[in-house]
Amino acid sequence: MPFVTDDPNMLDDWLVVGPASGLPRTTRLLGETLHLHTDADGTPHALLGNDALTVQSRYGFLWVCPGGRPARPLFAFPEYEEPGRRIVDCGGLGVAVSGLRVIENFLDMAHFPFVHPDYLGKVPHTEVAKYNVEVDAATDEIWATDCRFWQPRASAAHDTGSEVFYKYRVMQPFSAMLYKSSHRPDRLDAIGLFLQPVDDEHVIAHTLLAYFDDVSTDAELIAFQHTIFGQDKPILENHAFKRMPLEGRAETPTRGDTTSVTYRRWLRERGMRFGTARAAA
Amino acid sequence: MTVKLYDYPLSGNCFKVRQMLLWLGVDHASVPVDFHPGREHKSARFLAQINPLGQLPVIDDEGFVLRDAQAILVYLASRYDDPRQRWYPADPKLRGQVAMWLAMADEITRTASAARLHDALGYTHLDIEACRRGARAAFRVLDDHLAEQHAATGLRWLVAAPEPTIADLACFPYVALAGEGGISLDEFPALRRWVWDFRHLPGFVGMSGIFPAGPA
Repeated sequence: MPFVTDDPNMLDDWLVVGPASGLPRTTRLLGETLHLHTDADGTPHALLGNDALTVQSRYGFLWVCPGGRPARPLFAFPEYEEPGRRIVDCGGLGVAVSGLRVIENFLDMAHFPFVHPDYLGKVPHTEVAKYNVEVDAATDEIWATDCRFWQPRASAAHDTGSEVFYKYRVMQPFSAMLYKSSHRPDRLDAIGLFLQPVDDEHVIAHTLLAYFDDVSTDAELIAFQHTIFGQDKPILENHAFKRMPLEGRAETPTRGDTTSVTYRRWLRERGMRFGTARAAA
Repeated sequence: MTVKLYDYPLSGNCFKVRQMLLWLGVDHASVPVDFHPGREHKSARFLAQINPLGQLPVIDDEGFVLRDAQAILVYLASRYDDPRQRWYPADPKLRGQVAMWLAMADEITRTASAARLHDALGYTHLDIEACRRGARAAFRVLDDHLAEQHAATGLRWLVAAPEPTIADLACFPYVALAGEGGISLDEFPALRRWVWDFRHLPGFVGMSGIFPAGPA
């Protein structure tokens, strides 16, 4: 295989290559340029040179299995088709850092008051209350539950502060979901973060909303997401190691980082190499 | 009065207008435009009704519609600044210098902003190396000017005045965001100092990617 990695965690999984619309186009995956198009009956195709890759269209995106032997089906996303939810594609944003860093940041609540002040947090409301993290034995997905955080403006539809409930889910090393209190009582909005691995230190971050909000315009919802993501971007890109160190003590977690600790252990247990830093001497 | 601003949060050119309105104490209402991924600024409706060039920002000040970030800064400072006119000085030489640096702001948009569009928003048709080369050439001019002027006069803003003007605001965001286009400011020490000073101005709010400075 010509790709920049031989890590089966990438080659044998389904990797997002952008929206299912807007074809034909070219895009980048694992150091290579792919050509994407649909044929007359709408079936998607992905070509690397003259070689046809294994590709499927799900959840509004195209997903490629670079090695052609997917180890498992693509994760379930039942909210995508749930009646009453709005699906909004917030587009792809390029980030110059390992995708593992982007997922870890997505899972982190402790940075809210500092990086997203007046939106997702506000000093002095900085404490991360205890929450639960476990790996689902059936799906091998990480779930963090019972998360809550006081937020001044949790979404485009909020204009006052509120205690917001969160659930996080990691489906693949490069994809995660966030479920949080919606504008509708007792229902949770869903945000999917699907990272397209360009190479070990570059991703295109695709964000998809499955929201109950029927007040905001698409442009308002996208503006909110881009405001938040644009605040994270310089933090992510200024990491001292662009790749995530999984071994050794290069980076030390604290109690609020339980999800991160679980995510890194989960990556180590599957022998993740793509996007990781070599063991420090 | 309230100025309507056709706005996109990650646009440095829209930031210039938001920051100017705040500094002038003028209320505004943002109309979010789905710049990415929707390319709403290139839609038939936007081209026909708001800006035939298909660009942001555009303002609508009680029926007076104006496009182009630099033109909007000239208008807002001329209309709403106090009689000292610090943001757009009336002195002929200063005004000439302001116009010169406003043109430089366009050059920065063509180069440094384009590099960021390539890296962050998927504008892969752009020649990224040409964008970065052009940005570094523009930054070299700015850095030399700031260093020489500071050594000669102690002044630290782009035009020869004691306070910042719309010239600084126009050139600022895509210098501060250069890293998002893969352009390091390491070789431009006077420019880095100027970015630092600008971020520390009272009332500076910044944008996503440019944090306001904490209390000194």
